[in-house]
Amino acid sequence: MTQSKEIKKPSSGLAARIFRQQMFIPLAALFLLALFNFIMDPSFYRISFDYNSVGNPVLSGNIISILDAGSELAILAIGMTLVTAATGGQDISVGAAIAISGSVVLRVLCGTNSRPDTLQAPIFVAILVSCVVAMLFGAFNGMLVAYFRIQPMVATLILFTAGRSIAAWINNNELPIISDPSFGVFGGFIPGIPIPTPIFIAAGCMIVIALVLRFTNLGLYVQSVGINESSSRLNGLNPAFIKFLTFVVLGLCVAVAGLIKVSRFSSINYSVVAKDIEMDAILAVALGGNALSGGKFNMKASIIGAYVIQFLATTLYKFKVQSTALPAYKAVVVILLVVLSAPKVREYLARIGKQIRQKTHVKEAG
Amino acid sequence: MSQTKKAPAPKAGQGNKFSNMTDTNLLLFITIVVFFVMYIGAILIQGKGFLKPQTFFNILNGNAALIIVSCGMSIVMITGGIDISVGGVTALVSMCCAVYLDFHNGNIFMSVLIALAIGLAFGVVQGFLVAYLDIQPFIVTLAGMFFARGMTTIVNTDPFNVQNEAFVALKDTRIIIPGLGSVNKLGKYVDAYIEIGVVAALIVVVVLFCMLRWSKLGRGFYAVGGNPQSALMLGINVRRTKFISHVLCGLLAGIGGFVYFMHVGSGSPSHAQGMEMNAIASSIIGGTLLTGGVGNLIGTFFGVLSLNTIQNIVSSAGLNDAWWTGITIAGMLCLFLVVQSVVMARKKLAIKAKS
Repeated sequence: MTQSKEIKKPSSGLAARIFRQQMFIPLAALFLLALFNFIMDPSFYRISFDYNSVGNPVLSGNIISILDAGSELAILAIGMTLVTAATGGQDISVGAAIAISGSVVLRVLCGTNSRPDTLQAPIFVAILVSCVVAMLFGAFNGMLVAYFRIQPMVATLILFTAGRSIAAWINNNELPIISDPSFGVFGGFIPGIPIPTPIFIAAGCMIVIALVLRFTNLGLYVQSVGINESSSRLNGLNPAFIKFLTFVVLGLCVAVAGLIKVSRFSSINYSVVAKDIEMDAILAVALGGNALSGGKFNMKASIIGAYVIQFLATTLYKFKVQSTALPAYKAVVVILLVVLSAPKVREYLARIGKQIRQKTHVKEAG
Repeated sequence: MSQTKKAPAPKAGQGNKFSNMTDTNLLLFITIVVFFVMYIGAILIQGKGFLKPQTFFNILNGNAALIIVSCGMSIVMITGGIDISVGGVTALVSMCCAVYLDFHNGNIFMSVLIALAIGLAFGVVQGFLVAYLDIQPFIVTLAGMFFARGMTTIVNTDPFNVQNEAFVALKDTRIIIPGLGSVNKLGKYVDAYIEIGVVAALIVVVVLFCMLRWSKLGRGFYAVGGNPQSALMLGINVRRTKFISHVLCGLLAGIGGFVYFMHVGSGSPSHAQGMEMNAIASSIIGGTLLTGGVGNLIGTFFGVLSLNTIQNIVSSAGLNDAWWTGITIAGMLCLFLVVQSVVMARKKLAIKAKS
């Protein structure tokens, strides 16, 4: 190892540059997980082709299920990255907001009866209404943060405490069930296509945000507000409005994720749906190497971070870890990652690396 | 021009009243007034139930653990951090103590030590990561919460009641307060009582209040939370102060966990669900600012009481459906946050106008 570093200096520079890349952490974590699974059980990656109970062709396998189950998280990670970058805080109400938007979808589809035989409204109307409602709640959070200048975590604490209660209230605390199979499409399969629909939805969201970041100044403005609010105001931006906007975008992401969530079961359980997903979404942003104190962000890294979390969860399930015990393992991984990516530790490691290199130089000279 | 110059003058005069009061006192004052108004309002509107001293003592009995945990939370928040692992630690402590007492026939003294050790361990590790490695407190304690919740189910999956005799005796110990009893529906005189946990909670509040008010360390917490840079220039060891605040919070979560365990007498992975958010809410209602540097434990104490008084009002008003509690707490939190934000903004304006 030391020899290869010595032969050419640029090579060590390249290694350092790769190590310093923001994408390094999530990609390395993904690679380690993939390698670990490959060594433990190569059959992890097998994908089989089946027909499900309805007779649709279906692809199944761990990779497919990771991509499928990670969709909501990836979609939320998009919005959360923007909020984190602009405000330097996180929205902890996304889980509760998903409960609300999912509840709204069901309420519109079911009408007054909680177990209707047919849909009471077209599905796209329900989606539209839930998007508007979720964006309104996003706007509420955004207003508190941007105009009342309350820290994001505290401001969203309000919706976090009330969200699931509001969701229950929307449906009169009943548990509506939709029997129409056409609603299950968003969380299941489109007839004839063997790939789960959530993957398409997530991919669609990613394409949209990629286009937005490519062709508008949103990304630039968000970063400049996050880096220095007062200087971006002096440059003619409206920091409060941009902060507000990121929360509304997150609201839209929440609505999409909520639609997938309720469509999976065609029903909703207010206290359990999307539980702890806010923590996972924040984790995805942190895993992507984005500073949680705001500023620059890397959307790709966050999305990969989201899939890393799902990969980890699927891996642990495969080793028969109970779902309730899962957080303990997740915590260990998180702590390891944040400790390794802490500037202090990195500096220390870099110094040790330098010392080793210097020693070998001295030896060579001697 | 002359008009614009005149305009700030009345503001400055108004501001003098505000700026004579320190931030801490002003917010504390608001909290206490709101609590008393609410309680008196409850007595006037709801009548009998709230007149009984026991109603008040029941609020204390049920929330002794929350008071202790919130004190720790307030200290961390005053220092400018946050600790969301406290609920998880509480659950872990009660599960570990329950398992130790029931399956291993342990004694109570050792179980208290276990509780303290768990809390201390969480505090030390989290404090080290936050203070000396400069990792964001939110992420560190989030991981701490995940870890504690996960460990609770690893220790034991199923909820169970503790049968250990010595513990049950301790759990049922009631300190009777003379002279405040009331006559129940059967016409029998019932003494008012509090549990041991309440005594512990009151001791914690008083001791920590004195520490924050008069000790060097306590003032250090405020200094570090208010402005770490100037605290450093004053010769305060900022890192150590932050570290100690997290250790204290962990330790208090351990104590709070044991008090919680004494109140419920069982171990379960679903214990203390959402306690961290209640603790944060109580601290905020009590006038602690999340930005740090401002806060008061007496306020936190009243914050817990206000939070539960409103819950009691809601449930005795016949709005028994589960969702109302969540919505009212959130509404109250919202109100306090907006009031805080407005008050602080006006104060800032007043100070600006003065200078």
